[in-house]
Amino acid sequence: MANITLTVNGKSVSASVDSRTLLVSFLRDHLRLTGTHVGCDTSQCGACVVHVDGRAVKSCTMLAVQADGSSVVTIEGLASAGGDLHPMQAAFREHHGLQCGFCTPGMIMTAVDMVNRKGSALDEATIRHELEGNICRCTGYHNIVKAVEAGAAAMAGGAQKVAAE
Amino acid sequence: MYAFSYVSPKTVRQAASALAKAEDGKFLAGGQTLLPTMKQRLAAPSTLIDLAKVDGLSGIELKGRALVIGAMTRHADVAASAVVQQAIPALASLAAGIGDPAVRHRGTIGGSIANNDPAADYPSAALALGATIVTNKRKIPAEEFFKGLFETALEDGEIIVKVSFPIPSKAAYAKFRNPASRYALAGVFVAKRGSDVRVAVTGAGSNGVFRATVLEDALKKRFSPKSLEGVTLPATGLNGDIHASPEYRANLIVVMAKRAVTAAVGK
Repeated sequence: MANITLTVNGKSVSASVDSRTLLVSFLRDHLRLTGTHVGCDTSQCGACVVHVDGRAVKSCTMLAVQADGSSVVTIEGLASAGGDLHPMQAAFREHHGLQCGFCTPGMIMTAVDMVNRKGSALDEATIRHELEGNICRCTGYHNIVKAVEAGAAAMAGGAQKVAAE
Repeated sequence: MYAFSYVSPKTVRQAASALAKAEDGKFLAGGQTLLPTMKQRLAAPSTLIDLAKVDGLSGIELKGRALVIGAMTRHADVAASAVVQQAIPALASLAAGIGDPAVRHRGTIGGSIANNDPAADYPSAALALGATIVTNKRKIPAEEFFKGLFETALEDGEIIVKVSFPIPSKAAYAKFRNPASRYALAGVFVAKRGSDVRVAVTGAGSNGVFRATVLEDALKKRFSPKSLEGVTLPATGLNGDIHASPEYRANLIVVMAKRAVTAAVGK
């Protein structure tokens, strides 16, 4: 067992975990943050994407002990404390960027990371390329791409424009 | 995944001694290959020695006519580095094409080179650019480093500290991805430095990364895609599987080499 201390969605968390506990298992089973999903469990599908120290990672391919001392943000940490959706979440709802919803938390975490790295003016080709590590088996991606584009613009302060569409 | 113990040393010396003490220890870099392998129970080390908090293993710097990249530098950092983009743009774009964004945030250059997956991208760059792999014990030329499938010259307890790439006058990397796995069916890195031309191929060789000397000889005469017109590569020693026959890969290597040379002369 190993003792770890990390920040999850702004709160400090300490726990004693087995070395082989995956970060995603720690989040889901120990912290009951079940918004982060396990899809393929082989680092291909991206349903488990969270941010570790500000960067999108696949939490099924990282050990909880590797996150010791880090700051982790999950899908539960995106919305404001008052419950208002993050602009990217709002854009996914507005543009119907989901069907069954299983891939959505990972899609949104990847999309927010994309904006953080590439800025808010994202073209379709960039979005599709950047979504390479996130698999959706329902939508055909079309509305996801639209949602990411709108969410990116909203993150830059264009929220009212998106809402008015 | 089977149980293991985990240590997180702060220095290279501590990491080496942790490995020496372990019954069957393994170094953990970015974990993007090792952890999936352990999840499938294809590897079951007794101890993981995490290199993430070891001092001095990350970073990118120019040293004279060489670009030096720390072993724990993540693919995303190589891809986004202005220094790399300026010195060896082909290396930045190679790093930008590994896996997907989340994998690039974790995966490291040292891990990729130490693992020597026959379809990994970095080994081709190291071989074509004539890189030197610097470990805690010695300096190994790329030529002597890659020994076959998942095999390298690294000895037990030897840790890659950094990789030094001589800056070429022209270089580019072109890869044809397997449409499903996105790994290279054939990836070709071409580099020209002075009168020397090297062409290294990944994804296609049944013994891992190799230099295509037939293509090098053709390009030494004139470094132009035209020099590769009509040049054929023998299919012996190339992989054949459900995705592509050895003959298909032989042809694909020449096509990728032409694309790479076209990109290299265009820069």
